[in-house]
Amino acid sequence: MPGYFRRKTFDILARWGSLAMVMVALVPLVAVLGYLTYKGIGGISWAFFTQLPKPVGETGGGMANALSGSAILVGLAGLIGLPVGLLGAIYLAEYGDNAFGKGVRFCTDVMAGIPSITVGIFVYGLVVLRMRRFSALAGAVTLAILMLPIVMRTTEELLRLVPVTLREAGLALGLPKWRVILGVVLRTGASGIATGVMLAIARVAGETAPLLFTAFGSRFISLKLDQPMGSLPVQIYTYAVSPYEDWHRQAWAAALVLVLLVLALNLLARVITRQPGSGR
Amino acid sequence: MSTAASNFSIQTRDVNLWYGDFQALKNVSVNINQGEVTALIGPSGCGKTTLLRCFNRINERYGNVKTTGEIRILGKNAYDPDVSLIELRKAVGMVFQRPNPLPISVYENVVFGLRVHSARSSLKKSLLDEAVEKSLQEVSLWDDLKDRLHVRATTLQLEQQQKLCIARLLPLKPEVILMDEPCSALDVEATLAVEDLMLALAGTYTILIVTHNMAQARRVSRECAFMLLGEVVEVNRTQDLFLTPRDSRTADYIEGRYG
Repeated sequence: MPGYFRRKTFDILARWGSLAMVMVALVPLVAVLGYLTYKGIGGISWAFFTQLPKPVGETGGGMANALSGSAILVGLAGLIGLPVGLLGAIYLAEYGDNAFGKGVRFCTDVMAGIPSITVGIFVYGLVVLRMRRFSALAGAVTLAILMLPIVMRTTEELLRLVPVTLREAGLALGLPKWRVILGVVLRTGASGIATGVMLAIARVAGETAPLLFTAFGSRFISLKLDQPMGSLPVQIYTYAVSPYEDWHRQAWAAALVLVLLVLALNLLARVITRQPGSGR
Repeated sequence: MSTAASNFSIQTRDVNLWYGDFQALKNVSVNINQGEVTALIGPSGCGKTTLLRCFNRINERYGNVKTTGEIRILGKNAYDPDVSLIELRKAVGMVFQRPNPLPISVYENVVFGLRVHSARSSLKKSLLDEAVEKSLQEVSLWDDLKDRLHVRATTLQLEQQQKLCIARLLPLKPEVILMDEPCSALDVEATLAVEDLMLALAGTYTILIVTHNMAQARRVSRECAFMLLGEVVEVNRTQDLFLTPRDSRTADYIEGRYG
């Protein structure tokens, strides 16, 4: 049976070959996390989270400005981007089976592929030039635009996963369509949608380039939305390209914190999906 | 026909239905007796499910459906422009092929219809509790589930899920219950249990069941309609239809020559 041995050999080759490639793929992942932890863990202290940056030349200080700035920017981006994204997704999933819906879907896919710096330039022209200054608002609008296609497409996919039989159960009980959408479709898809939202937030929390010329950066904790505002990624960038040893140390620490925050969001998304109520 | 005209829950006259260019129902005129189980049988694609789905107008959720003719339900043409779909669907409940309880608790499934259709202020807890107990009693689930009212309905056994899908119709006090192959996802014992339930509910409700299973039609229905290629070929008392079919096509089908 020569055929048998050929199949057997091929099976072994394919299995071990794919395993080997998985290992190769794991190398950079593990290396990045390991190196980040190695370089960053030393810079993490209470002061790192609570203090403002010290003037150039002094050691110590922290990144409270960047942490609060990132929280405000991402939060505001969510406030702008999520309602648009979620309602847009509901439209696409429930009413979008026509040429218009197809067009919107295509545009959204294209939008998801646009480099983030392009969006930054767009908002620079639209908001920054008009307001004549860098502002937190411009940064949040940028992040909101980046969030939009991710939220819209993942939510739409998840809503489409809600079984037809459940929609029909609602209709057959005499619910008008809007109540079926609210009471059956959204309720069933809720945890999946929450996951999509978390992932979108995690995705934009690490954006750097488009913030450089929208939110710019600030060395102070600021709540003014029409003023420049700091953020973790921008501060990492600024510190990393600086000539100061202490800033390098802090940049590593900030990078580690950012990765841990994104990791936490991803884990949260998983926990939500696993909870009863997911409908899947 | 042995019953008087006033005892029909549903009467159709010359119902034609098209999905786009395809005519799925052709001049269907049948009368469905009140308070009995009536079965719709026929081979796949004969239009029996389509006909069933006309009675609560759930066919209309697909855009390209055109229906003509008259379907009188509760003495009124269900296709009149002034008919409220909400009222129609409260009066004509539906049970589906696969049990489809909502992914919420047993309790909330049963009161779902009430919550949607009544003003919030009128929904006292005692009233809801009473509706849950009564409805679950009627489908003989109360003893099994009375201590598990707050588990997710989708975690129940399929038989319980399907009975729950029947129970959630009852608080809305339906006149007719449509069942689209309600046992096709169930095993033998669950099928028997649901059939027993149908027999118990008949009398209080008019039950219309679509089934592929001729033996099931014989077990549960008093009256039976045989459909083929969108037409109703023959309607008769079930025992007569199976023992002495009047139409040769009916005879061929029940003898298993096709379908």
